[in-house]
Amino acid sequence: MRTELLIWLLPLPPLLAFFIIILFSNKSKWLSHSIAVGAALLSFLGAMIVIYRAITTPHLGENPFTSNIRWIPTGDTWLTIGVQVDPLTAIVLFFVAWTVLMIFIYSVGYHNFGKPKGDHDQPGLPPHGSTVSDAHGHKQRIFSIEPMYSRFFAFIGLFAFGMYVLVVSNNLLTLFIGWEIMGLCSYLLIGFWFSKPSARNAAIKAFMTTRIGDVFLLLGIVYLYTATGTLSYQDIFRNPEVLHNLATIPSPIMGLSTAALIGILIFIGTIGKSAQWPLHVWLPDAMEGPTPVSAMIHAATMVSAGVYLVIRCFPLLSAGAENGGLTPPMIFMAVIGTITAIFAATIAITQNDIKRVLAYSTISQLGFMIAALGIGGYVAALFHLVTHAFFKALLFLGSGSVIHGMEHGVYHSGQHIDPQDMYNMGGLRKKMPITFWTFTIGGLALAGFPLLTAGFWSKDEIFADSFAHAPIVFIILAISALLTAIYTMRQISLTFLGNPRTKEAEHAHESHWTMTYPLIILAFFAIVFGWLGIPEDFPLIGGLVPNFLHDFVGSTLLEHPEALPFNPIPLITSLLVSLGGLLIGWLIYRNIPNGAVDPLQKPLGKFYTVLKNKYYFDEFYQWAIIKPSIWFADVFVSVWMDRKVIDGFLHWFAFISMEIGRFLRNFIDKPIINGFGDLVGEVTKRTGFIIRPMQTGKIQQYMIMALVTLAAFTILFYYLLISVR
Amino acid sequence: MISLSWYLIFAAALFCIGLFGVLSRKNAIAILMGIELMLNAVNVNLVAFWRYVNPGQITGQVFAIIVFAVAASEVAVGLALFISIYRRRGTIAADEIDLMKW
Repeated sequence: MRTELLIWLLPLPPLLAFFIIILFSNKSKWLSHSIAVGAALLSFLGAMIVIYRAITTPHLGENPFTSNIRWIPTGDTWLTIGVQVDPLTAIVLFFVAWTVLMIFIYSVGYHNFGKPKGDHDQPGLPPHGSTVSDAHGHKQRIFSIEPMYSRFFAFIGLFAFGMYVLVVSNNLLTLFIGWEIMGLCSYLLIGFWFSKPSARNAAIKAFMTTRIGDVFLLLGIVYLYTATGTLSYQDIFRNPEVLHNLATIPSPIMGLSTAALIGILIFIGTIGKSAQWPLHVWLPDAMEGPTPVSAMIHAATMVSAGVYLVIRCFPLLSAGAENGGLTPPMIFMAVIGTITAIFAATIAITQNDIKRVLAYSTISQLGFMIAALGIGGYVAALFHLVTHAFFKALLFLGSGSVIHGMEHGVYHSGQHIDPQDMYNMGGLRKKMPITFWTFTIGGLALAGFPLLTAGFWSKDEIFADSFAHAPIVFIILAISALLTAIYTMRQISLTFLGNPRTKEAEHAHESHWTMTYPLIILAFFAIVFGWLGIPEDFPLIGGLVPNFLHDFVGSTLLEHPEALPFNPIPLITSLLVSLGGLLIGWLIYRNIPNGAVDPLQKPLGKFYTVLKNKYYFDEFYQWAIIKPSIWFADVFVSVWMDRKVIDGFLHWFAFISMEIGRFLRNFIDKPIINGFGDLVGEVTKRTGFIIRPMQTGKIQQYMIMALVTLAAFTILFYYLLISVR
Repeated sequence: MISLSWYLIFAAALFCIGLFGVLSRKNAIAILMGIELMLNAVNVNLVAFWRYVNPGQITGQVFAIIVFAVAASEVAVGLALFISIYRRRGTIAADEIDLMKW
């Protein structure tokens, strides 16, 4: 099959799966998940073939696989859409295909396929378990299957479609379509258990918050189309003339160039989608959704889409920068990214919910990527994007497995404790060995454990870039990385190390193979993928494996980015922060007894409370935006505007209409129209009354009348017709 | 020879007598007789015009015979109706048969 055709077909299987499940197969749980996983597998295989061909094609950056169709006529030109696979797309497609497939498979186990229906389960709530009795009559509670099992697979199918569309598209318009489909799926899946008020609120919050970014993104796209007349990547990002024009023509706002303004607008879209400060608030709440959703949408794919967008638009964002200088959008990105990285890392240290820690960690790592891109680290940002997608999907799926194991313990003990609170865990390494080892690999990759893990190499590259271009960014990112290592070790220690702190943790149980196998595969990538990007002049091992990523991805840009010369300072810093952070985390949290408070609570004092409450950002938004909005809606719009002004106008209008109607009725309708009608009737009646005596019933009188009339007419005709002639 | 106008005058007089009878008599049978007179006046006219104007044709005679036939059947129907009315109402005076009065 031709590669271009294959690329067109990539997004289709999940979309078909969505419709088939929704329309036909939703009654059969087995059929639904088979269709969904099969569709993901088809797309995966197609993606692998495309990637293989992409890697083996020389000079792919200059001549990417691309194919266009005409879509919408705009006046005398056409809006064309199409697909394209260049090195950047190929790399992104690689991790998207893998993580999507792994998460589809994992979902089968996570939603307890093959277990009986729950005793009290109902759609819209998580399964509560069911009671079964074994051969000896012992009653025991086990997992029950998710009531809306098929619906889940339909939604993630649609989601996968959105992601594939976004990745393979060759223009910003179809990218935006995929972007919005994912926004919708994110909303539907965060609110998957919609009977929980917290899930409902989280879904609305996520949708509204990302919507802010989306509006700006759309503005940016529209502006770009106005300025250039095209939205195709090739025509804009690989065309020096267009970029030069955009960079030199000033925009109407604040003396920015057109390119800078468009870049900033597009980047605000990324702030919303990738949960950057200050629009980060939705991502932690999005953990209300099922864990595969957290892994897929809120770690591996959708939030990555935001970073992918800015990496894709990097030529535009950096247009006008000469000699390594930074453009306004890049400075903006560097600032936002750096703030986000440190900000989220500090919050993550104090969270107790295993998924929330990962959520803040995701925000922080996305901040790393944005900051890296802001200082010009194109390859570094993409490298970290990919490695992060693998190890964060792994961590999320691992945490889902942990929660599942804890729920097993909860069913056993029958007590109501929070299976997501890390302070209820401990000692799980013996109960759940596969989860433990894979989670640890993911955690070490996140912390940047030297040499072995993927996270080290990608983070190292970000450090090297930031050290060379912007030392302040470098320092803040280093501190963030230290915090990252600390909270990662905190998480691993609290969850897996030490002794079980509760009875539930004692009775935790390893998960089903559908959940553990994806973990193992993702753990493999969390280690191996980093080796694709080892710098050539790294001491000792540099050059053993060629720096494939840099050469391959760099060719997407017009000017191939130069590899930085090796510098020991960022490397040493990287080693120090990751190993030091892991050590600190282990020392503090290695042996927490049951019921203990967080050891950091005392030394940090008030600041701990601030961190625990996430810098009161939610409260601040509640006070500064949501409350005024509700006031505006309730008091101003509803009571004052709607009821008084608009209703008042309508009432006044109705009153006037009534008066006009009354006037017409009394002075036109009744006297003239009705009068005329009555007159006709009355006249006819009177006439009849007058002439009715003629109707005597006597035949001879009738005959006389007929004779007289005949005579009269005869005379009349005689004079009129005959005598006139 | 007697000219055409004599016949026409005679027919007109006969017609008027018949018409007077129709309009003035109370008895329905007398009215019917008046109608017969008017029809015969017409017949006189038809025959007279045939004889004086167009003797080569037989149309006048044919018309006259058709009128006889129609008049005979009309009288038969009319008399039957009068008998029926007489049986129901006990009278055949025209001014008492006023069912169609307002």
